[in-house]
Amino acid sequence: MPTCKDFLRELGDFLDDSLDSSTRQQLEKHVNDCPNCWVVLDTTKKTIQVYKGHEPQAIPAAIHSRLVDALQKKMAAKKSGGGAGSVQPKSSS
Amino acid sequence: MAETPTFDETSLVVRAKAGDDEAFSELVNQYERRIFRTARNITQNDEDAEDVLQEAFLKAYSNLDSFQGNSKFYTWLVRITVNEALMKLRKRKTDRSVSLDEKLDTGEDTVIREIAVWDGTPEQRYSQEEIRGILDREIETLEPIYRTVFQLRDIDELSTEETADSLGISIPAVKSRLLRARLQLREKLTRFFQRKGDDVLAYL
Repeated sequence: MPTCKDFLRELGDFLDDSLDSSTRQQLEKHVNDCPNCWVVLDTTKKTIQVYKGHEPQAIPAAIHSRLVDALQKKMAAKKSGGGAGSVQPKSSS
Repeated sequence: MAETPTFDETSLVVRAKAGDDEAFSELVNQYERRIFRTARNITQNDEDAEDVLQEAFLKAYSNLDSFQGNSKFYTWLVRITVNEALMKLRKRKTDRSVSLDEKLDTGEDTVIREIAVWDGTPEQRYSQEEIRGILDREIETLEPIYRTVFQLRDIDELSTEETADSLGISIPAVKSRLLRARLQLREKLTRFFQRKGDDVLAYL
């Protein structure tokens, strides 16, 4: 039977669903019988979910507009036959 | 990850590849904040992150023909971003605070201190802005080698292999860093999201 330490060691693969089915079943049984490991599993899942579920805040307007400027230059250069070669440095910083 | 309902990455990429700059600009608008966050989480400062943001989108634009559609466009974009960000780090190699070099794994078990059930969802106690502030602040306190792997695997949703390949580290290193990152963040977030009045139980 797996111990709490075994569970913790396998937690990554458990969360990523990359364990063979017999190991997974044993760990599931452990988690159902062990309140502490259940809490660790549940709150680790929630940690991942809360990060996945939150869009970052908008980037500062100045950074956005410098990005747009740099891209527009690149797009204009491509249209005028300038090719898609070198990367332009940012227009100001 | 939450996306606007009208956003269709595949058709925008098809149009952009056919030379539709407006479609490419829509992709930029959709992803610039995420790319900036990824760049910032690797370089750890706004100025370098801005350089990386620009270089990543300019390279993606120039090399759009080489995007074969074998992965999501966003995954491809993240990999370009990581590459640019790592080049930045190499340029300022004297700054050891952001080193992503392989560390000797001591094999120590990750310590669990906080065992407490969370309230239903963080949204029931905090506003979206407050949660975003907490998430940003807490991820910043992780060591770079953990933060970067968590960013790529759990936020940007690269595979273990893609993450290993992008960072030039082994698959076991990705896995062990990811587990440590997840557990450290879990611990940090528990302080904010645990159910009020719960005692911290002893573990093991």
